[in-house]
Amino acid sequence: MTQNEFLNIVMPFKDKVFRLAKRLLVSTEEAEDATQEVLLKLWRNKGKIGEYKNVEAFSMTMTKNFCFDKLKSKQAQNLKIVHSNYEEKNTPLQKQVELNDSVSWVERIIQELPEQQRMIIQLRDIEEYDFDEISKMLSMNNTAVRVALSRARKTIRERLTNTHNYGIK
Amino acid sequence: MVLNNIEKLLEKYENGETSLKEEQVLKHYFTKDNVAPHLEHYKPMFTYFLGNQQEQFTKDLPLKTKRTFNYKWLSVAAVAVIMLGVYFTPITDTNTCKENVVGTFCEPEEAFNEVSKQLAMISNHFNKGTSTVNYLNEVNKGTATLNYLNEIENSTGIIFKTNEY
Repeated sequence: MTQNEFLNIVMPFKDKVFRLAKRLLVSTEEAEDATQEVLLKLWRNKGKIGEYKNVEAFSMTMTKNFCFDKLKSKQAQNLKIVHSNYEEKNTPLQKQVELNDSVSWVERIIQELPEQQRMIIQLRDIEEYDFDEISKMLSMNNTAVRVALSRARKTIRERLTNTHNYGIK
Repeated sequence: MVLNNIEKLLEKYENGETSLKEEQVLKHYFTKDNVAPHLEHYKPMFTYFLGNQQEQFTKDLPLKTKRTFNYKWLSVAAVAVIMLGVYFTPITDTNTCKENVVGTFCEPEEAFNEVSKQLAMISNHFNKGTSTVNYLNEVNKGTATLNYLNEIENSTGIIFKTNEY
């Protein structure tokens, strides 16, 4: 397999991999590294790509596992502490701007969801995969995906109505 | 009528029962300007979803640099260099003859002539040396003549013997 053939396979979904990684890891840089790592892993095992039934779904699962590993590792935990300190102390202005911007509120609300619901929202509402694909990617039951999705959507709606109605928080 | 439809879809949407097509309809509706006031709070959600689809991965992939360097080929190259070196060094030494160095000759014949000349000179001087040593023979002759003195002693011995009796 040449480099071009590989890129032709990978190009259509590399952005999706990146967005999923960013949804889980939050930081853009971390997500870029994760995407690069996942794609390079695919490239190293390019001989086996023909054997995969669905390269895209396979890469999404890889991304999910890779990001979970990252989050579990100590390195990521250290980074988290630094990151939150930075956000809280040094950027009050940016925070205020964000408060006014209701679209970025959605991002914050999604960020507060449990990891699984975050992934499902990402895969369904942003990437628009169908339920079968999502259940394969996350190795979950089809109905479990629906339930988690419904819960996530309701939480987002509730919090949005709250902020919308009172303009607080 | 449209609004009614949207409200139904929203309910289905929250239960996770909408199809992808129906979700498209919802997204389309909420990105337009004339959203019903009581549904206004859904707007940021759907605009966020659509906006987030645009985010792209811009970092480039270093696919080429991932080729690992093969150290086997390094040793092959080293062996080749050594072989070439061994093959070429003697030839270059005989080809470049240094005329100005004392005692070296480029033509074998010239060298042979020179050597035989030197050897002839050595033997010449050697012969001169041996000819002077020949005078030692004279000494031998002298000692040989001295042997006659023994004869005298013999004869005197005989004389003294006759005197005793």
